[in-house]
Amino acid sequence: MTTPLLLGLLAGAILSGTSLLYATLGETLVERSGIVNLGLEGVLLVGASVGFAITAISGNAWFGLMAAAAAGALMNSLFGWLVVTRKANQLASGLAMMFFGFGASALIGAPYVGAIITGLPKWRPVWLADLDWVKSTTLFNYDLLTWLAVPVAILVWWILFATRWGLGVRAVGEMPAAAFAAGRNTARLQYQALLYGGALGGLAGAHLSLSLTLTWAEYMTAGRGFIAIALVIFSKWNPLRAIAGALLFGGAEAMELQLQARGSPISPFVLGMLPYLLTLVVLLAWGGSRRLAAPASLGRTFYGAN
Amino acid sequence: MSETATIISLRGSRAMHALIRFIGISAVALSVFGLILLAAGKSPLSAYADTFRNTLASAYGISELLVRMTPLLLAAVAVALPARLGLINVGGEGQLYMGAFFASWGAFLFPNAPAWLLLPFVTLMGFLGGAMWAVIPGILRARRLVNETVATLLLNYVSPLIVSYFVFGPWRTTENSAYPETGVYPDAALLPSFFGTRVHAGLLISLAALAVYWLDIEKTRWGLQMRAIGGNSGAAQRLGIPVPFWIVTAMAIGGGFAGLAGMGEAMGIAGRLRESLSPGYGYTGFLIAWLAGGRPLGILFMAFLFAIITSAGDTLQISQGLPYAAVNILLAAILFVVLARRPSAGTHP
Repeated sequence: MTTPLLLGLLAGAILSGTSLLYATLGETLVERSGIVNLGLEGVLLVGASVGFAITAISGNAWFGLMAAAAAGALMNSLFGWLVVTRKANQLASGLAMMFFGFGASALIGAPYVGAIITGLPKWRPVWLADLDWVKSTTLFNYDLLTWLAVPVAILVWWILFATRWGLGVRAVGEMPAAAFAAGRNTARLQYQALLYGGALGGLAGAHLSLSLTLTWAEYMTAGRGFIAIALVIFSKWNPLRAIAGALLFGGAEAMELQLQARGSPISPFVLGMLPYLLTLVVLLAWGGSRRLAAPASLGRTFYGAN
Repeated sequence: MSETATIISLRGSRAMHALIRFIGISAVALSVFGLILLAAGKSPLSAYADTFRNTLASAYGISELLVRMTPLLLAAVAVALPARLGLINVGGEGQLYMGAFFASWGAFLFPNAPAWLLLPFVTLMGFLGGAMWAVIPGILRARRLVNETVATLLLNYVSPLIVSYFVFGPWRTTENSAYPETGVYPDAALLPSFFGTRVHAGLLISLAALAVYWLDIEKTRWGLQMRAIGGNSGAAQRLGIPVPFWIVTAMAIGGGFAGLAGMGEAMGIAGRLRESLSPGYGYTGFLIAWLAGGRPLGILFMAFLFAIITSAGDTLQISQGLPYAAVNILLAAILFVVLARRPSAGTHP
């Protein structure tokens, strides 16, 4: 492999990894509070469609971005109402949210299919733009979301592991009865984790439609939500490890695009299977041994608080 | 005697309960349907009328409901059977595609075989395709490597790509066709249809699958063992029930049924393999099984109801100009109501 190819691959990995990273961070936050949200795919779709629609209406991608974050938070608060307030089964509720996201995003996006938008602005620091090996690639020519992806991961890590609120969230995820006995409002903590997680999920979706593809298409997230859920397991529920995971999977996608662009004899359909199969393999290799790293009360409903 | 009477009356009240639930869910579905249309600036009343006209108002409409029920019943049993063990099979969609793919392979392999040989063969292939696709997550779960929910969901994205690969590539028809699709199957591989409608032999297969499911859970030792695993797999293991074996077997049989749904859509309806094989029957099957609480009669009722609801999706698309995917909101709303109404519903889908 030549250097330009490698650099192109890296640039592509960072670009497609961005939305995966935001989605993974959002799900990590939610799962740390003891809730599995299988509806992440729906959150991404709604974020992508709302972001695109608002951008098309207002002509300003920043409005689209904010609307997408709000829509993601709204989706997760509905999910929270089901699993926290009504104490419904988390897996079934998550799948219900997935269906809801399929339908709602299709309805929201339908009038804007084929609309042309100006996406998020991209820029490259001047001192980097002059370097020869950078010039020939899209490396370092990123939008704000991509530039902020790693800082946000560090921020989420810091919030979870260095703040009182983060300690509360983790306590609820590990042992809600103890957190409750210690005077923490378990339901409020879970709702907060869901809201922030949903906003991150909405941003992840918006990055797809506002930066990566600049279009809206039904089901355009194509299972990224489920890949992100697998990435949470892969990264042992740790936001910093999620960076590596997102890069790896972004790399798989970038590889797919690079091979296609270079007229590879391998069918695009076969290449398209790569991310899903890679996810399975990764889960297979690490999933079993990582079960101990999971929050102890993940997926369980806590009945004690009222 | 009095004990029998109590049991019978209990059965009766349970059926009554199921009926009330059925009516309640229909009412919710109708009102949400109306709300979506209002929000999109359309008239709900004309949409209700359209849906009614297209489904229950004519013999043709009812035959089309049966056509839709065929894959839905199979996809629901594909979920309900593994659910007896506490397994969550959300992979019906992928298993359906794999079944259609294997059945097509069988049909193209022996184009000159007589129908009495080819039909059972493609049926078997359809079953095997779906079963194989479900066995993968089954084994991973039985060996405690990967959670079956995530694995089945991921595989849903792979098998349609396999179908696309063959439909665009090696199997693409040489006729001048606008669609990417395979050539027509040999006549001997087509499922016979009845009374000049699109109702095909797949309906009998799906009713048989439902009967097998009912027999299994109500009348056999296997059903009892499966339920024991679902109740407490550790205890079942200590009682000498081969838990990993049953996990893989239940997934295989469930996946096989979903595969038969794909076979039916390909061999009974389309007559050739296409990319757009299923508008999410696998996922809808999951909802049906979940809402029916795994009860065979409930599955039959719910499949009928969901056949009407997905027809409403067609109405949305054709006469109201909304995307078909909007029907998912309807499905989700029904789930929301049931989930919110029934706290602490266990993991049983």
